[in-house]
Amino acid sequence: MGKNKLVIFGLTVLAIFVLLAAAAPLLAPYGPDEIVASQTLPPSFSHFFGTDDLGRDLFSRALFGARVSLSVGLVAVLISIVIGTLFGSLAGYYGGFFDSVIMRFVDVMLAFPSIFLILAIQAMLTPNIYNVMVVIGLTSWMGVARLVRGEFLRIRELQYVEAARAIGCSDRRIIFRHILPNAQAPIIVAGTLGMAGAILTESALSFLGLGVQPPMASWGNMLMDSQAYMFDAPWLAIIPGLLILVTVLSLYFVGEGIREKLDVRQ
Amino acid sequence: MRKYFIKRLLQLIPLLIGISLISFFVMHLAPGDPTALFIDPNVRPEELARVRANWGLDQPVYIQYFLWLKNACLLDFGQSYTTGQPVIYEIAQRLPVTLLLMVPAFLITLLITIPVGVISAVRKGSWFDNTVTFLSFTGMAMPTFWLGLMLMLLFSVKLHWFPAVGNLILPLLTMTLGNLAGLTRYQRSAMLEVLGQDFIRAARAKGLPERVVIFKHALRNALIPIVTILGLSLPDLFGGAFIIETIFAWPGMGRLGVQSIFQRDYPVIMGIVMFSALLIVIANLLADLGYSLVDPRIRYGKE
Amino acid sequence: MLDNNLKNSPQLIVGNLSVVYPGVKAVANVSFSLAKGATLGIAGESGSGKSTIALALMKLIAPPGRITSGEIIFDGKNLLKLSDAEMVRVRGAKISMIFQDPFTSLNPVFTVGEQIAEAVRLHQGLGRAAAWAAAVKRLEAVHIKEAERRAHDYPHQFSGGMRQRVMIAMALACRPQLLIADEPTTALDTTIQLEIIQLLKEVQAEFNLSVIFITHNFGIVKAFCRDVLVINKGSVVETGPVAAVLSRPQSSYTRKLLDALRIINRE
Ligand SMILES: Nc1ncnc2c1ncn2[C@@H]1O[C@H](COP(=O)(O)OP(=O)(O)OP(=O)(O)O)[C@@H](O)[C@H]1O
Ligand SMILES: [Mg+2]
Repeated sequence: MGKNKLVIFGLTVLAIFVLLAAAAPLLAPYGPDEIVASQTLPPSFSHFFGTDDLGRDLFSRALFGARVSLSVGLVAVLISIVIGTLFGSLAGYYGGFFDSVIMRFVDVMLAFPSIFLILAIQAMLTPNIYNVMVVIGLTSWMGVARLVRGEFLRIRELQYVEAARAIGCSDRRIIFRHILPNAQAPIIVAGTLGMAGAILTESALSFLGLGVQPPMASWGNMLMDSQAYMFDAPWLAIIPGLLILVTVLSLYFVGEGIREKLDVRQ
Repeated sequence: MRKYFIKRLLQLIPLLIGISLISFFVMHLAPGDPTALFIDPNVRPEELARVRANWGLDQPVYIQYFLWLKNACLLDFGQSYTTGQPVIYEIAQRLPVTLLLMVPAFLITLLITIPVGVISAVRKGSWFDNTVTFLSFTGMAMPTFWLGLMLMLLFSVKLHWFPAVGNLILPLLTMTLGNLAGLTRYQRSAMLEVLGQDFIRAARAKGLPERVVIFKHALRNALIPIVTILGLSLPDLFGGAFIIETIFAWPGMGRLGVQSIFQRDYPVIMGIVMFSALLIVIANLLADLGYSLVDPRIRYGKE
Repeated sequence: MLDNNLKNSPQLIVGNLSVVYPGVKAVANVSFSLAKGATLGIAGESGSGKSTIALALMKLIAPPGRITSGEIIFDGKNLLKLSDAEMVRVRGAKISMIFQDPFTSLNPVFTVGEQIAEAVRLHQGLGRAAAWAAAVKRLEAVHIKEAERRAHDYPHQFSGGMRQRVMIAMALACRPQLLIADEPTTALDTTIQLEIIQLLKEVQAEFNLSVIFITHNFGIVKAFCRDVLVINKGSVVETGPVAAVLSRPQSSYTRKLLDALRIINRE
């Protein structure tokens, strides 16, 4: 019961944020880069979230930042799901050599502190929003691969797959028509939680200046300079962080809710 | 047991080589040239070529890699482009500083997470459990660096308890809280899963008091997945160190890592990747051994 | 004299016992009694509430399930009135239980010897060595070969039938007066089933036990029990001596169950 409330809370928050992000140009009182004050101003009626060190309206930046943060999260997780599903399917379906090569690769990737790898790659490339999406996606598919492989190992031996094989279905058809649909539930759960992770990663990258580049706003890079203004303008640090927190929390609630509903085990 | 351990140790070699391969090529195939950051662009071409040759950058990448690998086997990771010091020396200097942060954070996390997770599971649905659940979700949903900023805001800016930088307490607190959330959640669900097992009901039917049922029969089983997850959470602990040390200006390996990334100090980056990876795989190996200690099915299965 | 008295007054009287789980009335007003040394079968189809009755007798109904009414008088005391601490001293010491699935009912991380001995230590206050010796003795009583050595083994090193023997040894560890066996043979192969029934008969005599034997198999009821309680949807539909119930079933439900058994036997 309490669980349901949390899921509804999560879905509502996400829906609102997505709508706000989509309608940012209509809703934002100012342009994201428009300089509207000569200094940092605390939150007030004219500037809901105050203004930042360059005198830009934080509320407008937060709205535009939502577009960036949410789309980075979404695209990154889609990339990781595609890669993870591909590798997991190959490993799980064919087993043997494929399986050991892919799983060793997964081991290697998991032994990295992935944030360091991401930081390093980002530093080598010119950091921009597209690179952030791709790099996060490329470094976070391992969980999905393991999970899909596990599902394959479980489902592969079931009767109906044997039956499909017996009537001469091609491998591709068996994978996409018969096995993957059954792995949907855990993939959706992993995707929801993965999006939460991707948003967190983006924020850390951008905070360090290796993610989405100013003047484009993301919730993470809005925090970039906040440390320097901690004394005079603490809202610069508090507000974007709260937005991230609430978004990620909502994704967790939804993910856990789906997990419970579909009875998916970790 | 011994044989198994040795086998696992040997398996680490290809793993580490794989890690070094990926990191090396990712870095060296990236566009741009590290010398650009260190050398005055107006310098004479001969001079530039000399530096490049000196750093081995004039060779094809795969030759560079093999040279690096050969030296790395002898624990020679080259010299830092920025300081000119041997990488191994730089790391040796920073590692203890990082461990000073990580080891206590890890131990405190364990000390809190196990009892809290257990009580939360046993009193599922109570206000304690609800509070713990709420806090751990919130903790997991926070970017670690932001948690650090908030603690700094609270304890340094508002309360003036600790200095914002150069003090152990705040980074330690950040790292501990950051890890605590997820692990407590995990401990709770591991415990819940065990509490639903038949053998727990059988233990109660034997007339064991609840205390024994929970702390002996259930906890011992719930520790099995925890040991694994502890090993797996280590990369996150390291990942946290990179950012936390940067925020709090803690002069450890993490901060060195972030600095060397900004400076494209390849040898230092490689050294740090290899060192963290080594520590992580060794910790995972230990976790595996710990696993076989708590789970007799594994111990005997291997023989 | 005294002995006679004890024999005649029932050891266990259950009156109007009701148990609910959220949304399900799993047991409704069940009453029965059991004399010392007697064997009672509880039969009914899957989901009829047999296990729930057994767990209620041990006060082990897991929340949110709850015993809503009734009394369970054992040895003159109403168990439902006992505190948790007092109940702990009844479980395993006076009333023991064995479960359907021997594969999941033993804790995988402790040796079987330890799992038997711990109950002995707690209930009888014996030291480690004495409790271990008692555990080995019980393993011998259930015909585990090389009991001394096997006591050091872990559950996964035993077969299903052996594990059920271990469960029985565990249940008997503290010489209880009443044994509740909840479908102890359902998860086992047919040949092993017979061995376990044989063993239960043997230990019942040896330990002078009263036994409640839960099963959906009338064949087993016939082989093992003197009386039988047939339940359907949580309520008693028929009760009496096994021979009488089997030859002249009064309720249509019992007849249905018996027919089902005949069909199976014919096949
Ligand atoms: N923990 C529980 N939570 C909710 N309902 C339960 C629970 N345990 C049992 N029930 C319900 O109580 C009723 C009786 O179940 P019980 O397990 O006592 O049946 P049973 O006769 O032992 O069946 P079986 O022969 O399958 O073991 C069923 O409707 C069942 O769904
Ligand atoms: Mg049952």
